[in-house]
Amino acid sequence: MITKRIIPCLDVRDGQVVKGVNFEGLRTLTSPVEMARFYSANGADELVFYDITASSDGRKLFTDILCETARNVFIPLTVGGGINTVADFERVLGCGADKVSVNSGAIRNPSLINEAARIYGDQCVVLSVDVKRVDGVFRIFAKGGRENTGMEAIQWIKECVDRGAGEIVVNSIDTDGVKQGFDLEMLQKVCDVVSVPVIASGGAGKIDDFITLFKALPKVDAGLAASIFHFGEVKITDLKAEMNKNGIPTRMGV
Amino acid sequence: MIAIIDYGVGNLFSLRSSFAAIGADVIVTRDETEIRKADRIILPGVGAFEDAAKKLKELRLDTLLKEEVKKGKPLMGICLGMQMLFEKSFEYGEHEGLGLLKGSVQPIKDRIPADLKVPHMGWNALKFHGKKHPLFRYITEGDCVYFVHSYAAVSCEDSLIASAEYGASLTAAVARGNVMGCQFHPEKSGNVGLNILKAFCEMEGGAVC
Repeated sequence: MITKRIIPCLDVRDGQVVKGVNFEGLRTLTSPVEMARFYSANGADELVFYDITASSDGRKLFTDILCETARNVFIPLTVGGGINTVADFERVLGCGADKVSVNSGAIRNPSLINEAARIYGDQCVVLSVDVKRVDGVFRIFAKGGRENTGMEAIQWIKECVDRGAGEIVVNSIDTDGVKQGFDLEMLQKVCDVVSVPVIASGGAGKIDDFITLFKALPKVDAGLAASIFHFGEVKITDLKAEMNKNGIPTRMGV
Repeated sequence: MIAIIDYGVGNLFSLRSSFAAIGADVIVTRDETEIRKADRIILPGVGAFEDAAKKLKELRLDTLLKEEVKKGKPLMGICLGMQMLFEKSFEYGEHEGLGLLKGSVQPIKDRIPADLKVPHMGWNALKFHGKKHPLFRYITEGDCVYFVHSYAAVSCEDSLIASAEYGASLTAAVARGNVMGCQFHPEKSGNVGLNILKAFCEMEGGAVC
């Protein structure tokens, strides 16, 4: 059986991981390449790199760093941030990325998904959404979660899958940063309507949150988190040992 | 020297990097002289079978590969490159492969329960078949490797060396003499994948299949 994936997410700006990382209290790591190597050696099943640079200089630097990472790390890499055109797909895939994640770029131009899926295949196109409850309705937020688009989330996700998105990252703004567990209600709603892999994001604070996620929602394929891995609050090796103990299909070893 | 065949199918950045990481000398090429000079050959590939088979033929690499295999040179196909080793594929019609191995390539969806997703994508465990193959000398049964595919080889019992369980037993790796293939991506399978590539680099040629 396919194993459940654990995915650390690295936000990269000006060539550095935002919020440097303090592993084991030894030293602060901010190099994306070094962090990627560390995670790969410690059992991460996949890595997500988000480019949060605004400038074109920053973009060039991000692309160079991505290449350097792919030269050194041999697990699947998903790249997001600033993906607005097929040329952006080409740029990051040429550096060894396996999947490309679209968010605001798809909101502005939904046919980007069709176009990219036709050229690179559905499995290469990941839809990432930032979702928040507004008056009891799940709404899509843009610009890093700052702007309510007014779009109904479940409908939008369905449309994107129909257009060719091969995987969905569901980030709940409501649970993000709260560290009280993933947004099971929201994830359940998404799992009910799509048949492509769903990655849960936002809310993980401890190992148990992942165990609860995979037990409550067997259709969720992966759990994504950033700071709890970066700050060592959850060690991936411990997390995977616990998943394995709980009978959740887990890739042990590296 | 290992020749990674460049026939315009898929991105070879990671494959090249993974060989570099284990200290192997590689060249990405479609040049006949370079390929003939190489000690071993990698046939990569992603995308559609028909398109890939056509490109191999257009570049006259099909004949070249068959000749080099006959001489005993180790050849490993990866993903679509592995599927190309078989007699034919039923991906959108019926298409002829290199015929270096017995068997054909069929859609996965016809063989697995409807609730399982296609493509078969992610990390899955290897189950070995027959005597443990030298390609696996540095890994153990149950180790996970990374798959992304919607088609798989069938009727290839005489070359099957590993499978993965996904509602059905899917062909994961094959070998017969100096012809080998992995359905999964060793270049994306962490240390396990690198160890398979390392074992391939150490395989002796000569045994004609």
